[in-house]
Amino acid sequence: MPKVSALDMPDVPMGQLPEHLQLQRSRVVCKADAPIHLESFCKNFKLEVIRLTEDEIEFDMIGIDASLANAFRRILIAEVPMMAIEKVLMVNNTSVIADEVLAHRLGLIPLNADPRLFEYLSENDSPNERNTIVYKLDVSCRKGGPRMTVKSDQLKWLPNGSELEMTPPNQSAKPKSYTSFSCSQDSMPEFSKKPLGVKHEDIIIAKLGPGQAIELEAHAVKGIGKVHAKWSPVSTAWYRMLPEVVLLKDIKGDDAEKLVKKCPVNVFDIEDLGNGKKKAVVSKPRACTLCRECIRGVNEELVELRRVKDHFIFTIESAGALPPEVLFTEAVKILEDKCDRVISDLS
Amino acid sequence: MDPQPEPVSYICGDCGAENTLRPGDVIQCRECGYRILYKKRTRRIVQYEAR
Repeated sequence: MPKVSALDMPDVPMGQLPEHLQLQRSRVVCKADAPIHLESFCKNFKLEVIRLTEDEIEFDMIGIDASLANAFRRILIAEVPMMAIEKVLMVNNTSVIADEVLAHRLGLIPLNADPRLFEYLSENDSPNERNTIVYKLDVSCRKGGPRMTVKSDQLKWLPNGSELEMTPPNQSAKPKSYTSFSCSQDSMPEFSKKPLGVKHEDIIIAKLGPGQAIELEAHAVKGIGKVHAKWSPVSTAWYRMLPEVVLLKDIKGDDAEKLVKKCPVNVFDIEDLGNGKKKAVVSKPRACTLCRECIRGVNEELVELRRVKDHFIFTIESAGALPPEVLFTEAVKILEDKCDRVISDLS
Repeated sequence: MDPQPEPVSYICGDCGAENTLRPGDVIQCRECGYRILYKKRTRRIVQYEAR
């Protein structure tokens, strides 16, 4: 069939796309892969864990709509709660790093605290042992000595709350601490086994010259990534659709060798057909980055790159407070809560 | 006016040594004789938001 421009077909008015293309261009169609057919969704949905390490998970979500996969991704980044330093009480800082910059740096340090064991600190709440973690940083560099580096492991957890006292409004009032802990966090069963330290001990906070010192207290509270990225529980969470590489014709001999060499991630392999004959096969389509290197030039008619629409390769990199698989179940719970809220609002 | 003015400590701008000065004292470092002295930072608590 001779090639005809899509805009110049005899049975279509000039300058317009054929009806089905016009529809595809201007309308979103709810198809069976959208989560509207609950029964078939329950039957066909599959989840396979590919790789699971201490702080990274890769799994396949099969038979789900992109809207749901994206919802999970967005919830993971912005709505799963975390603990992070929010208030910094600076007593002394004679280092070269400015107070507000130092406070910002402290906020970004990942803490090794399970946010599910804490409550949110609301505006008219006083900080107590159920919603606040207090850390102290008291470092100084000896005069005449070498420069020193302050690392995150020098942040010391204060299970009894703040050690600093507020200036009383009048002379007779008793000085009050910045937190009102009713008991030590040390004595609470959920924290006594696992101290609430920092996740990584080698994060550089500041550098001190001889004679310089930093003395401060940092108060960590629970929050979500929507408010500030420091509360995001993931380094990143993303998905990609499963790549599908199809050879439309047999590729043999030298052409096969060339094709194998072209792919930077080795999607193709050579199959020996015996008596010196070779054929190209697709061996690792999953590794394909859709770089299109293999369809450049002469191969354009031979290789087709596609993606499976309802097969998502999901990767979650945890920032450390919770393991990645737990983060995902938390995200599912949050979406569930949201759905419950919609249903109760409607009824 | 305080009856007994308290000595205030200053940091030398050259050698970094601590000097305690009373009103009326010569403004000069006791260690190196440098004439520029800096007042120390207050230990009053300043509160920052870590954002």
